[in-house]
Amino acid sequence: MIEMQGVYKTYPNGVTALNGLDTHIDQGEFVYVVGPSGAGKSTFIKLIFREEKPSKGSIFINDIDLASMKEKRIPKLRRKVGVVYQDFRLLPRMTVYENVAFALEVIEEHPANIRTRVMDVLDQVRLKNKARFIPDELSGGEQQRVSIARAIANRPRILIADEPTGNLDPETSWEIMHILEEINATGTTILMATHNREIVNTVKKRVIAIEDGMIVRDENRGDYGYEI
Amino acid sequence: MKFRTTGRHVKEGSKSVFRNGWMTVSAIGATTTTLLLVGVFLAVMLNLNEFASSIEEDIEVRVFIENTANEQQVDQLGEKMESIDNVASVEYSSKEEELEGLVDSLGDQGQAFELFEQTNPLNDVYIIDPTRPTAADSIASEVNNLNHVYEVDYGEEIVQRIFTFNDYARTIGLALIIGLVFTAIFLISNTVRITILARKKEIGIMKLVGATNSFIRWPFFIEGMLLGLLGSVIPIAALAGGYYYLYYYLRDSINFDFVQLLPFNPFIWQLSALILAIGVFIGIWGSVMSVRKFLKV
Ligand SMILES: Nc1ncnc2c1ncn2[C@@H]1O[C@H](COP(=O)(O)OP(=O)(O)O)[C@@H](O)[C@H]1O
Ligand SMILES: [Mg+2]
Repeated sequence: MIEMQGVYKTYPNGVTALNGLDTHIDQGEFVYVVGPSGAGKSTFIKLIFREEKPSKGSIFINDIDLASMKEKRIPKLRRKVGVVYQDFRLLPRMTVYENVAFALEVIEEHPANIRTRVMDVLDQVRLKNKARFIPDELSGGEQQRVSIARAIANRPRILIADEPTGNLDPETSWEIMHILEEINATGTTILMATHNREIVNTVKKRVIAIEDGMIVRDENRGDYGYEI
Repeated sequence: MKFRTTGRHVKEGSKSVFRNGWMTVSAIGATTTTLLLVGVFLAVMLNLNEFASSIEEDIEVRVFIENTANEQQVDQLGEKMESIDNVASVEYSSKEEELEGLVDSLGDQGQAFELFEQTNPLNDVYIIDPTRPTAADSIASEVNNLNHVYEVDYGEEIVQRIFTFNDYARTIGLALIIGLVFTAIFLISNTVRITILARKKEIGIMKLVGATNSFIRWPFFIEGMLLGLLGSVIPIAALAGGYYYLYYYLRDSINFDFVQLLPFNPFIWQLSALILAIGVFIGIWGSVMSVRKFLKV
């Protein structure tokens, strides 16, 4: 469950990216976040796993108050929220296997469990046969699947994705989308910022549209709603 | 931290040592050079220290008695000296005993002095053993004020010079060692930092996945420890070899009667342990220091 009330975010350079946001997202929902470039989508997403702190307002993730949370608790929060980026952010010198295992080593999972869990999630994103590859040896779509595998490895209740298909061709984008739907089907909340009109209009979900740091539209089974 | 995670950190730390080839070589080079110098200083200092304290222990105050003093006066003098502060014992030695001791100590050349047996030019002496070496000076001046004392001698010149020299050597040696250690820490942290710039992005990603600072720091800790360990191999081998040579070969060819080197066996182990500890300290500190500012992501 994600709960935001009166959230403002002004960056140190004076740019106000979020201008009074109220929203509520239930466990298990799949939400698209749409809007023009610079609207504040990424900032909205970053607040949820505390990459950024709100300037004003309150954010609760499963009753944890992110605004007043101590620095020291941040790692704990991030282990409960999986993140996927447009640029994948894989550790370049580690293999696919090691990248995914890292998320489990961080929570000090038992080595034997790590092995089976890593193979399970790699299976889920259909990359079991590339476990020994390093990120540079993979296509963009494959790298994104590794980053999804890493994000879900420790079974987070929430998965947030910032334009996960932004760097991918349409066909690969659909692959990623299907994987995200499968993850959502297991009860994980998914929050996905996207510019992919075709996906939003085809796989109908809740749509939150942000413009100038404010929510201008919030509808279930909504449309993308922009021309480009 | 759970114990099983230790294995993971050790693995990651050792991987870094191999992965950052030239950085590892230069960090180890800096440690090796430092530890070699530190080791030589330490060996010299510890030997000097030992030498000085052995001399301190040998200090005695020799009181030469006027030849004109009669038996009763000599006895009185002895009693007075026993009551002086810090005097542990007073021992009488007649001029005949003194001459015998002198002849013995000079070996063959000493036979020339046997001629003096009839007209012995020496004095009867009292030999005072002070409770602590530094009291020799005050004892000597008090004894000087007593009657029938011809002269007091405790080798003040040499003793003072050795004390002063040893003090200087200790201070300078320590300053050099500390200076060297910090230079090495600086060098290591700089070399590690160069590779960290490449790892900065990685550290950022690790934090996004939920790694704590200490989780990120541990492999660097291990890496630093390994660099320190590897850096102390050559210095320890060189010092052990050098000291062995000095102790067993040079000692036999040159007659070190005056200078007693610390015995090879326990000393070289103690020195090696010390070098190893300093090496590991340098490595860990240098390495951990260099990650510090990258953890604020
Ligand atoms: N770290 C930052 N520092 C300063 N300004 C920022 C930062 N990140 C984003 N912004 C600004 O905040 C606004 C919203 O950005 P962002 O949340 O990235 O929008 P979107 O993801 O919708 O394109 C933009 O004007 C952007 O320039
Ligand atoms: Mg964005």
